[in-house]
Amino acid sequence: MTNEILPNLVPAYGEILMALGAMALLMLGVFRGNKSTRMVSMLSALLMIVAMIVSFNWDAGASYTFGNMFVADRFTTYMKVMVLLASALAVIMSIPFFKAEEEERFEYPVLMVLAALGMMVMVSANDLMSLYMGLELQSLSLYVLASIRRDNEKATEAGLKYFVLGALSSGVLLFGSSLIYGFAGSTNFTALAETFSHAGDHGANIGIIIGMVFVLSGLAFKISAVPFHMWTPDVYEGAPTPVTAFFAVAPKVAALALLVRILYVPFGDLSSSWTQVIIFMSIASMVLGSVAAVVQNNIKRLMAYSSIGHVGFALVGLAAGSVDGIRGLIIYMAIYLVMNVGTFVCILSMRRKDGMVEEIKDLSGLAQTRPGMAAALAIFMLSLGGIPPLAGFWGKWFVFKAAINEGLFALSVIGVLASVVGAYYYLRVVKVMYFDQPEGEFIEQKSFSMRLIMSLSAALLVIFVLPQISEPVLTYAQVAAASLF
Amino acid sequence: MEHFPILSFITFFPLVGVFFILLIKGDQAIVERNTRNATLLTTIATFIGSLILWFNFDQTTADFQFVEKASWLGDNINYHMGIDGISVLFVLLTTFIMPICILASWTTIKVRVKEYMIAFLFLETLMLGVFSSLDLVLFYLFFEGGLIPMFLIIGVWGGKNKVYAAYKLFLYTLLGSVLMLLAMLYMYAQAGTTDIPTLMQHNFAVDAQTWLFLAFFASFAVKMPMWPVHTWLPDAHVQAPTAGSVILAGILLKMGGYGFLRFSLPMFPVASVELAWLIYTLSIVAIIYTSLVALVQQDMKKLIAYSSVAHMGFVTLGIFAFNSQGIEGAIMVMLAHGFVASALFLCVGVIYDRLHTREISRYGGLVNIMPKYALVFMFFTMASVGLPGTGNFVGEILVLIGLFKVSIWTAIFATTGVVLSAAYMLWLYRKVVFGELVKEDLKAMLDLDMREKAIFLPLIIFTLWMGVYPSTFMDFIHVSVENLIQNHEAALAAFTANVGQ
Repeated sequence: MTNEILPNLVPAYGEILMALGAMALLMLGVFRGNKSTRMVSMLSALLMIVAMIVSFNWDAGASYTFGNMFVADRFTTYMKVMVLLASALAVIMSIPFFKAEEEERFEYPVLMVLAALGMMVMVSANDLMSLYMGLELQSLSLYVLASIRRDNEKATEAGLKYFVLGALSSGVLLFGSSLIYGFAGSTNFTALAETFSHAGDHGANIGIIIGMVFVLSGLAFKISAVPFHMWTPDVYEGAPTPVTAFFAVAPKVAALALLVRILYVPFGDLSSSWTQVIIFMSIASMVLGSVAAVVQNNIKRLMAYSSIGHVGFALVGLAAGSVDGIRGLIIYMAIYLVMNVGTFVCILSMRRKDGMVEEIKDLSGLAQTRPGMAAALAIFMLSLGGIPPLAGFWGKWFVFKAAINEGLFALSVIGVLASVVGAYYYLRVVKVMYFDQPEGEFIEQKSFSMRLIMSLSAALLVIFVLPQISEPVLTYAQVAAASLF
Repeated sequence: MEHFPILSFITFFPLVGVFFILLIKGDQAIVERNTRNATLLTTIATFIGSLILWFNFDQTTADFQFVEKASWLGDNINYHMGIDGISVLFVLLTTFIMPICILASWTTIKVRVKEYMIAFLFLETLMLGVFSSLDLVLFYLFFEGGLIPMFLIIGVWGGKNKVYAAYKLFLYTLLGSVLMLLAMLYMYAQAGTTDIPTLMQHNFAVDAQTWLFLAFFASFAVKMPMWPVHTWLPDAHVQAPTAGSVILAGILLKMGGYGFLRFSLPMFPVASVELAWLIYTLSIVAIIYTSLVALVQQDMKKLIAYSSVAHMGFVTLGIFAFNSQGIEGAIMVMLAHGFVASALFLCVGVIYDRLHTREISRYGGLVNIMPKYALVFMFFTMASVGLPGTGNFVGEILVLIGLFKVSIWTAIFATTGVVLSAAYMLWLYRKVVFGELVKEDLKAMLDLDMREKAIFLPLIIFTLWMGVYPSTFMDFIHVSVENLIQNHEAALAAFTANVGQ
């Protein structure tokens, strides 16, 4: 109820800081040239951490601003912390990589900051328009990031493929938004929720349903849920590894946050219409992610299929349609973040004298040449496979618990069976490292920060069973999930 | 009740050993020697620690003892440990077998000794955890976690076809377990807790019980293993290093039987009775079919692996006889099999170490140069056959008595298993030990050395003890089993009364 011209900026301080920071860093880079890459990267990571602190808002209740287009509550806080943490780690991981490849470019960290800003807006979107703004800012930055090594054939292909398919999905999403606007008369989530709450049990207008399915499809592309996953393996393989590490976590967290909000706030009363869609995507992603990964030889492609599968598992929580389900989903994503960051640090450490290698067989005998890294990677793989007592198991535990509570038995049975297939290919990496004989050695990872990230994330996955570690995560997730309802 | 958390202490003590092993540095030979010593010391210390349980266990109550409870994951998931008469002997069996395993790998494991010992110590912690956890989630953690070290033990230190065997073990077990996991989630959703003692009192709806029973059955049947999901076992046994086979036969297989006793019977009493026919059928097939399969094996380890499947058939039959003879007999068979099958694998290991083959046809006439070995092998062959005076006899006769009370035909079929087991074990013994010593490469074989004698002696003592004076062991289990049966019958009576109304 503000009559002032200037909207309340407080809830958006984090985003504003990121935007200004990105501009400042861009200036710094332009004036100092590529030799300032390291500094710009460090400052970008720092900026993200500061933005994380600034946008931390754990007050009860939500604050809206920009004419209700922007919302900040506990859920957005939780998701933003994850997005920014993942982005900051991705920036840090990229520093030694680009230095070793002698391809330092200051635009890279700046683009990451811009992408992260887009994700923050996505997480906080409370309107179809702010949703699209955030999504496009993120996507455009990511298109460029994917093809940042412009003289590399694979990277260019990945960038182009991502761009063409991404543009298509954005179009689909926009089309859906326009249908929704046309049939409901508003683009604001709160207003839409109000409209649909009167729709009652006889369901909504068919136009709304079609619009909603289009919006869902557009978002499914961003989280690479089956059947909108086709771009993932190629882009993961083609993009430079730190970019892949970035792709694997932050955008997915942001898009899932958006998916959760759009399904629970405006379309919460239409859950009977979208539950089947989510269940289908969930089953298809889990099954395809597991089965298709079995035949992969490139570890980045393997991680691509693995990420498809994991999105499927996260969607199980969404399909459950309860606070418990959302809680499961966001716990899942937090654990997924740690597992992926750790795995990608290991992949980034797969460097021989003549450059990076990324075939699974290149890892053979790692347990004998680099026992520490092998142990860490084994922990990440087993955790991704959901073997207790590692954290990955708990992620699955919470989403399936919610699903069973809601009586989704078929979904759960298919899900756990898919996870057994998944265990097969994660075990293959362990097998190669531990059972096979070494051929060639990796050069030692000198960067302290990389080694720190690797050991910290491995340790976190192991000690997640201790209540001292898991309880804060569970409690925060509980409160964050509850703030949506 | 405030007391020293002895169960947790025993369970996690092997990890202390792991910590010290990680600290060992220096020359490779020194590292290996120190690692072996440290591991042996840790396992012996764990065994001595577990004797506290043996002496302080109250045999007159069916309640859980040495209970520890701490809040863990909120939502009624607690860190809850405790043992009763059913589990206490399995805990002791585990701590007892472990030092033997370490001694058995003393000279045979030559590469990556450090990792090997660490894997074994982890495995010990996880196995002890399985038998002493009183919370579903905790149980599942230990139950599943054990796959990781076992996968590595077979895969790294195993035989020629180790990768295949390791995968098969892992994926078979995992497949069964994830279904159990869903059942656990359902029970959690229904009862609001994962506390095992509470769940034992909970009455699940009858329709649900059937599904839950089948889900748990999927897991335990694979672990047991029961026919037709036993095929991972021969592969795993053949490929595993000797100590791996010992652990597998001695302890891991017992988790299935333990699971039936701890979960299936008390929590799903109606389904257990209704589906007993399924267990009977599968067990009888297991006993007769795998005994016949054992008769035609070329590989000694495979033969003993199949005999394990047959013996486990007796265990399931005993458990699902639902009377005290049957269940006590089943536990006795499991314990005796823990000693005897372990010893048989060690016997195979002894000659494998010397000739590096397990093919039966490569041996013959060993009695002429290895008389001590022949004696030991003879003893355990007889024990496996179920000769009176050994633990197997006590267990099997009890199971058969229990079984005759409920189903005469099943008992008759089961009895043929005893005959068949005599057939294949004696055949194996005759082929390997008796006859003329004609094969040249056998003539240089040495008899048992001190280390090997030290390994076999305790096993012989316990097998005889169980056979001659079983009361020592039966007293531990008796009250708990009686209590189990009473609760089971009460639950059934309540169900029939409900149906009658």
